[in-house]
Amino acid sequence: MLQKIFYIFIKIAVLFLLGLNVRRKELLPDTGPAIIVANHNSHLDTMVLMALMPLDRLKDIKPVAAADYFFSSPRMAWISEHVLGIIPVERSGADKSIDPLQGCYDALEQNKVLILFPEGSRGEPEKMTDLKKGVSYIAERFPDVPVVPVFTHGLGKALPKGSWLLVPFFCDIFVGDAFNWTGDRATFMTTLQERFQTLSKEKNFASWE
Amino acid sequence: MTSFHWAIAGIWGLLILASVIVFVISKRSEKDVSELVQRTQSWWVMIGIFTVAFLVSPVISIIVFGLISFLALKEYFSMIPTRRADRRVLLWAYLSIPIQYFWVYDSYYGMFAVFIPVYMFLFLPFASLISQQTDGFLKSVGTLNWGLMLCVFSISHAAFLITLPPVTDGGAGGPGLLLFLVFLTQFNDVAQYTWGKMFGRHKIIPGVSPNKTWEGFLGGVGTTFVLAVFTAPLVTPFSLGHAAAIGLIIPVTGFVGDVTVSALKRDLGVKDTGSLIPGHGGILDRIDSLTFTAPIFFHFTRFFFY
Repeated sequence: MLQKIFYIFIKIAVLFLLGLNVRRKELLPDTGPAIIVANHNSHLDTMVLMALMPLDRLKDIKPVAAADYFFSSPRMAWISEHVLGIIPVERSGADKSIDPLQGCYDALEQNKVLILFPEGSRGEPEKMTDLKKGVSYIAERFPDVPVVPVFTHGLGKALPKGSWLLVPFFCDIFVGDAFNWTGDRATFMTTLQERFQTLSKEKNFASWE
Repeated sequence: MTSFHWAIAGIWGLLILASVIVFVISKRSEKDVSELVQRTQSWWVMIGIFTVAFLVSPVISIIVFGLISFLALKEYFSMIPTRRADRRVLLWAYLSIPIQYFWVYDSYYGMFAVFIPVYMFLFLPFASLISQQTDGFLKSVGTLNWGLMLCVFSISHAAFLITLPPVTDGGAGGPGLLLFLVFLTQFNDVAQYTWGKMFGRHKIIPGVSPNKTWEGFLGGVGTTFVLAVFTAPLVTPFSLGHAAAIGLIIPVTGFVGDVTVSALKRDLGVKDTGSLIPGHGGILDRIDSLTFTAPIFFHFTRFFFY
């Protein structure tokens, strides 16, 4: 309920302040199990991907995010869990006995849709960094679950890391074709990398320095 | 019903007629005409929004134009190269929109006429130098100011028309002038496009816009001229001479506005300014001619009647 109200506001804000240019929205899975893999430029990434989903599907869409950031205080943790629906992942992996991705596995078994940002951190806005391999472990464990690459541009201009000032920009969201586990982790990661490459070349983006 | 209402009814009549023609074409043609169909559907939405705004109140119309400025400026800023250091400056530029449209609402002509070209044009470079990043400063200032000029200052002239009082007793006043401007500007776009599609042979400015032809341009000017002369008595205080003059000025300046935005798009290597209006492209693609016709028409009217 709280999540629905929150996202009604987000939907309005996203549509009015930002404005989205979504290509192939129909490829975006709203029923699980499925994995959405997106590049990461801004806190808005999760908001925008969630805002594209129908309201009554939100409870089954789970963004995966860093435990050290989103669960850093009790208040933050409560919001992250109940409003944003985040699955926490330990980045440092202090406790080796628990698989940091266990929450992701459980969610997929419950037919949820995961939203993953394999760049790990938002980093330099509008620049893609190397992808972390975590996603390949999940895909290996669930070889039949479709992996959907999503490339976003402009969100890092609107709200880059380290800034709280939202400046309106139109943002591009390019959804790619789903693919499955390729058989081994290295080829899976190259495939994913290539998918992002192709999507990012669909348009000439204005330079931003 | 006043003549103003008849004019709006006439526009709906034209829209229905055009939709029937497009429907027949889409049934008969073997070519893909989905873009034409989308364009027509978008016209229904746009004319619907304008009709409601016109009939409800001038304030709604001013707000609608303010939103158009906002969307156009956002499209412009998203399309051009910008500097990270200028994020704050862009925000200031956006904030000038509610202020400029407040002067419109307040009918405060003196401030309306200078706020952007004097105060904002002087303030934005200052706001930009505060970041102390001089690399690309000149380019940044130039592009930001021109964006405000096209998307906010020019377009707000259309909105200012609506606040003008009737010249004669019982005249349509500001709303009539605004309707006349927007209708002729948009009709001229469609007319130039249609004439060009049907008879276009000789390219007029291939280096900027390869699809524009002399046949399209002259056909559009002729059609708009005739329409201006016939519709001016309905909604404007114009004499035959005024109507004939503005019937040439609107299509010619509209064409210039159109190719100016085309030059900008070509420089940036984009086909459309956005994807907000299905079949048309972005909002700047739709209002490109209005960015030129609005201020010119406004000052023509002001010079002769106010």
